[in-house]
Amino acid sequence: MAGAPERPLSPHLQVWRWHVTMASSIFHRATGVALYVGALIAAGWAVALASGPLSYNAYMNFLGNPLGKLVMFGLTVSIFFHLANGVRHLIWDAGKGFDLKLADATAVAAFVFSIVAAVFIWVIGYMTGAL
Amino acid sequence: MVELTLPKNSKVGKGKHHPAPDGAKKVKTFRVYRYDPETGQNPRWDTYDVAVDQCGPMVLDAIIHIKNTMDPSLTFRRSCREGVCGSCAMNIGGRNTLACTCAWEDVPGQAIQISPLPHQPVIKDLVPDLTQFFAQYAEIEPWLHTDTPEPEKEWKQSIEDRAKLDGLYECILCACCSTSCPSYWWNPEKFMGPAALLHAYRWLIDSRDEATGERLDALEDPFKLYRCHTIMNCAQVCPKGLSPAKAIAEIKKMMAERLL
Repeated sequence: MAGAPERPLSPHLQVWRWHVTMASSIFHRATGVALYVGALIAAGWAVALASGPLSYNAYMNFLGNPLGKLVMFGLTVSIFFHLANGVRHLIWDAGKGFDLKLADATAVAAFVFSIVAAVFIWVIGYMTGAL
Repeated sequence: MVELTLPKNSKVGKGKHHPAPDGAKKVKTFRVYRYDPETGQNPRWDTYDVAVDQCGPMVLDAIIHIKNTMDPSLTFRRSCREGVCGSCAMNIGGRNTLACTCAWEDVPGQAIQISPLPHQPVIKDLVPDLTQFFAQYAEIEPWLHTDTPEPEKEWKQSIEDRAKLDGLYECILCACCSTSCPSYWWNPEKFMGPAALLHAYRWLIDSRDEATGERLDALEDPFKLYRCHTIMNCAQVCPKGLSPAKAIAEIKKMMAERLL
């Protein structure tokens, strides 16, 4: 069709109604990226520790303010979600767990586990005075 | 490439409203994607208040009713009306399925939104251009490859080996799965997509096929096979209840096992 306008692209994310397995997949990617940032924060902590008490105190104050705590809590959720969903990937790599109901259930379980485990760790942190 | 938004020429504008005829008892609103290549205008959402008491139970019945009684310009593919041909695959209520096997009563939401299969070039209205989809099917060479001389009567297969093709041979190539896959949306040229890979596996595990190694070689690529991240949209939407996700996992296993 010479002279015809270029064909439009049909809507995709704009119309899609998500399944929980799609949400767990993109959240796995997002938490993976977040954990890279977490690794940098941990490396920064080690550098601050090696640089002496002054810099270490400054770094800990930075992490200890409410925003720093929010980031650290987010990283705690990320690490637990990435762990749980990583186990799902291992099971899939063995060729199992593809039944739709089971896959939906394990996706929900990964979300629930990551939040419950993160809250649990933080409660322990507060109770023992580590935070 | 990941592009979360639609290109400029693809943004969907507001369209026309077609009211229900007088005396309609039960009315259901259908919001339908329209694109006319002859106007050069952007696609639009047209709404149709359909007197559903006057048409059959399926979404296909409703859009045929629209075409017959409300708007003859509405364009879509359909043929068998019983889930065998795969022609009427489209996105209905945010999920890909066959219009002929999807009851409008089962679609959630106030208005039933219907658009072409996602992330495809649109020829007109609900008709996408599936050239690439079928080219990828051809690329996996969906026929029996053999070296041994042809037997006098037929290639024999045990009942057990034949059973391995169940859950694979039923695919009707409707493209619901491939066009549901975000990995396929972002890399349509490089990633084979769930349908082609399900068919690749169908030939990989066929006991009569003698080109397993070559078939695996052809898929040994960072994109063709391994762009599958087990998002599982393919299996979630397959109108035949098949699992391309599982077939792809089995191919990945074959790839790993042949290295051991």
